[in-house]
Amino acid sequence: MSVKSTVHTLGALAPKSDFPLLAASPELVYLDSAATAQKPQSVLDAIAHYYRHTNANPHRGAYALSAAATQAYHDARVRVARFLGVADADTLIFTRGTTEAMNLVATAWGGANVARGDNIVVTRLEHHANFVPWQQLALAVGAEFRICERDASGGVDLEQWARLVDARTKVVAFGQVSNALGTINPVTEMVAIARRAGRALVVCDGAQAVPHLRVNVDALGVDAYAFSGHKIGGPMGSGGLVMRRALLEAMPPYHFGGDMIEWVHDDHTTWNVVPHKFEAGTPNVEAAVGLAAACDYVDGLGMEAVRAHEIALTTEAMRALAAIPGVTLHGSARAEDRSGVVSFSVRDVHPHDVATTLDVEGVCVRAGHHCAQPLMRALGVHSTVRASFWVYNTPPDVHRLAAAVQAAQERFALP
Amino acid sequence: MADDAALDALYQEIILDHYRRPRNFRELPEASCSADGKNPNCGDALTVWLKFDGDLVSDVSFQGVGCAISKASASLMTQAVKGRSRDEAAVIFEKVHRLVTGTETDAATAKELGQLRALAGVAKFPMRVKCASLAWHALKSAMDGAEPAAQGAATS
Repeated sequence: MSVKSTVHTLGALAPKSDFPLLAASPELVYLDSAATAQKPQSVLDAIAHYYRHTNANPHRGAYALSAAATQAYHDARVRVARFLGVADADTLIFTRGTTEAMNLVATAWGGANVARGDNIVVTRLEHHANFVPWQQLALAVGAEFRICERDASGGVDLEQWARLVDARTKVVAFGQVSNALGTINPVTEMVAIARRAGRALVVCDGAQAVPHLRVNVDALGVDAYAFSGHKIGGPMGSGGLVMRRALLEAMPPYHFGGDMIEWVHDDHTTWNVVPHKFEAGTPNVEAAVGLAAACDYVDGLGMEAVRAHEIALTTEAMRALAAIPGVTLHGSARAEDRSGVVSFSVRDVHPHDVATTLDVEGVCVRAGHHCAQPLMRALGVHSTVRASFWVYNTPPDVHRLAAAVQAAQERFALP
Repeated sequence: MADDAALDALYQEIILDHYRRPRNFRELPEASCSADGKNPNCGDALTVWLKFDGDLVSDVSFQGVGCAISKASASLMTQAVKGRSRDEAAVIFEKVHRLVTGTETDAATAKELGQLRALAGVAKFPMRVKCASLAWHALKSAMDGAEPAAQGAATS
């Protein structure tokens, strides 16, 4: 483990020196954490430690090293489950991230349970990863695909949600937090409405919530919850799906191969127990171990402190950007209703031109449709600029952003 | 990382001028052929129309939404290929492709491109090559008479 640095960056929750990439580029203002977060040294150390001391194929060898790898993988699952408020750790399936988790549910559960005449309800705010798998499932089986629009405040229209979810709804799928706008959705109300309406599988995309809010999956009352590890400082290719045990046991496997089987007969095969039934092939132990270390890191900061820090940064960013003539903010007007995301447009300057100009100023932002084309259409834009914050960002980062936006405006101003 | 000088070269005055006042920015009802160009990465989309008189491009126009680079590139393109033959237009396409990807090593060839040389600044910004190429791929699709393929941008 690395020795925790005592060098604190002004106004940061976590010192930039904890993050080797940021420490190596002190002038860099990284404002794209909603796409992926930078990694703390402790995560890199955990991965290196695993390969230096514990690497073997888990669940297979009769030797002590394999047993150690198996234990490391198991311990990581227990650690991540605890981070997410999941009491039954074996109901956490490790996946490559949210996208694979959603495809797993849509293919394995959806393929076995959704039929012609049923319907699936999603919202206008979804990331493509929680939109396209359900749209394609609906098309494949002849189910109806319903999209709940936004209300006047830009959040999910709960009245329409209540109308769209009915007795023939087999799946409702929604993000806890919008990746494009940062909007925090009223999950409790959405789940309650779905439960009253019928027996739909309630699926929640937690990719943008887990890095920013204290998430207790068991308390949310959803049936399936997907998340990505790389957005909370874990390695790319880490993440998972939490799903009710009875559902996991009843539904067919997603991928076939080693580890997920019990007995392979010439004419049929029986399945291993949960979670192994859904983790075919050699598992990504590195990803699990690194993700567990990321959970340790974030818990060390304290999720409540993370949330307070992000509200402060988001408030300041919204104030600074709104004060610039020609800048339009998208999404909720209240920082408390958002994760650390500010999506905006600059009059007469295309988002890609804004992003390129900001890049030269050392400010990394996302420009594009944020994998949410259905939402962009509803907003009446082709793309936006998105700045997103995490634990290492500071008020000076926000001011660099605002100054760079003004520099972009000056560059594109009429002579 | 690119610096301010690279940014000045990317957004030089001729680019900004064509962005603000794109030339031949109109539909062409009597066009012989047309094609759409789309960049799924950013949602930019434009249409290029071509009118042929025999083998010569007698008129060319475009419309659509895009960033400064894609719009300026399209505008410059319309001026560059008007009055040219199919073969000449195809040669210009290849030269511009090499210019924006930074693979044009022959200074003499680059010089022949005239105003199109303003697009050379794109080469320092690999993420923007698709913007500069958008209209040109639509032009090629229109000339080839094929349905334009959306550019194979990695998108998510």
